[in-house]
Amino acid sequence: MQQDLNYLKETPSQTAGPYVHIGLAPGAAGFQIYEQELGQEIAGPNAKGERIRVEGLVIDGTGSPVKDVLLEAWQANAAGIYAHREHPGETEEGFRGWGRVITDFETGEWGFDTIKPGPVMGRNGQMMAPHINLWIVARGINTGLNTRIYFDDEAAANAKDPVINLVEWERRRATLIAKRSDQEGQLLYRFDIRLQGEDETVFFDI
Amino acid sequence: MQDRPLQQAEFYQRDRRWHPPAYAKDYKTSVTRSPQFPLISLENTASEITGPTFGHNDLNPTDNDLLSNFAAAGQSPIGERIIVHGRVLDENARPVPETLVEIWQANASGRYRHKKDSYLGALDPNFGGCGRTMTNAEGYYYFRTVKPGAYPWRNWVNDWRPAHIHVSVFGTGFAQRLITQLYFEGDPLIARCPIVNTIPDPAAVDQLIARLDMNATIPLDTIAYKFDIVLRGRRSTLFENRLEGN
Repeated sequence: MQQDLNYLKETPSQTAGPYVHIGLAPGAAGFQIYEQELGQEIAGPNAKGERIRVEGLVIDGTGSPVKDVLLEAWQANAAGIYAHREHPGETEEGFRGWGRVITDFETGEWGFDTIKPGPVMGRNGQMMAPHINLWIVARGINTGLNTRIYFDDEAAANAKDPVINLVEWERRRATLIAKRSDQEGQLLYRFDIRLQGEDETVFFDI
Repeated sequence: MQDRPLQQAEFYQRDRRWHPPAYAKDYKTSVTRSPQFPLISLENTASEITGPTFGHNDLNPTDNDLLSNFAAAGQSPIGERIIVHGRVLDENARPVPETLVEIWQANASGRYRHKKDSYLGALDPNFGGCGRTMTNAEGYYYFRTVKPGAYPWRNWVNDWRPAHIHVSVFGTGFAQRLITQLYFEGDPLIARCPIVNTIPDPAAVDQLIARLDMNATIPLDTIAYKFDIVLRGRRSTLFENRLEGN
């Protein structure tokens, strides 16, 4: 008889549903329960680097903003180091690199304050352009969607980025790039996510 | 952060035929929220292999007790008192220690404490409906709560969700991030649910059904269900790997 491989199977995903806020952002659901909600601060006050805000909408296949989304960001610090024991290097005290935000129930706008990450060493010695990893869950999304936010003022690094260059359709690459503006001294990057249809955002199977 | 070279390499490829597809027409909301283009597959880099870590300072030891974490002093929520416990493992059956597990659920009436939920089922003044905990060194976790009720939702006109608890798990890398739902053994609504049925393989559905666990039940007090969670496994670096660019 052949041997069995004996691997377990990953637990299948299910949608986060319409009330994801209760568990992961109870303040937004309308009640306080925890002493501290997680994911409110990505970089902390000690983090070096340029302070930025990233904002956007999540838009469905009809062009409508989706108003019940939860997004999580995961990023390196300004030196390109992740706050994780397997990534060699140091991060600043209080730099978590992770945050969690929800879309506004009325407008669908989301946003988070952080620092602009530095370039991160990728595979085979290829440097990746600065980026923020994003994970999106909501009602109607059966398995969380992964994408990356790149920055339009990093054109030279983006042009060499090994992940952007995996996107064979050059017109689709623009969907990964946030647009910078200076709003009265606040550095803002706009990143709208289109789940479906025209200019659909590139999503990754990581 | 201590300097330590990568001991392990990529996570195993996620089996997208085991998970639900993005587009599942009977779950109507998925129709306009599913990408039409295929996902672009990435080989893991540090961005995917690393992920957020949490410490016991991030939460209170009682955050895993939904019977008490929202109840007034001396009060208790109404409903079937249950323990939900299990282990978080990877596909190699290795425990995932010190990882954050978060849950949320409706109360015994099937009503959520959420300003957007207008179901007739009554709110319970002593029940919030969310909890969180860290797995221990063996990957073990437990919660105490009430068994949630089924509730109706606008999909087909007479659709009812089976009793379920939403579960969120982190693992050690962002590539393991997972949200799922726990169902209860024997619930006749499971087979009828369009959300459950987004999962193509019945064996995969079975993996979401918590089993009645009389061994963990506390006599005359709280009945127990066991729910193990499996996250993506990870290749060992058997040979020099090229992640770091050699």
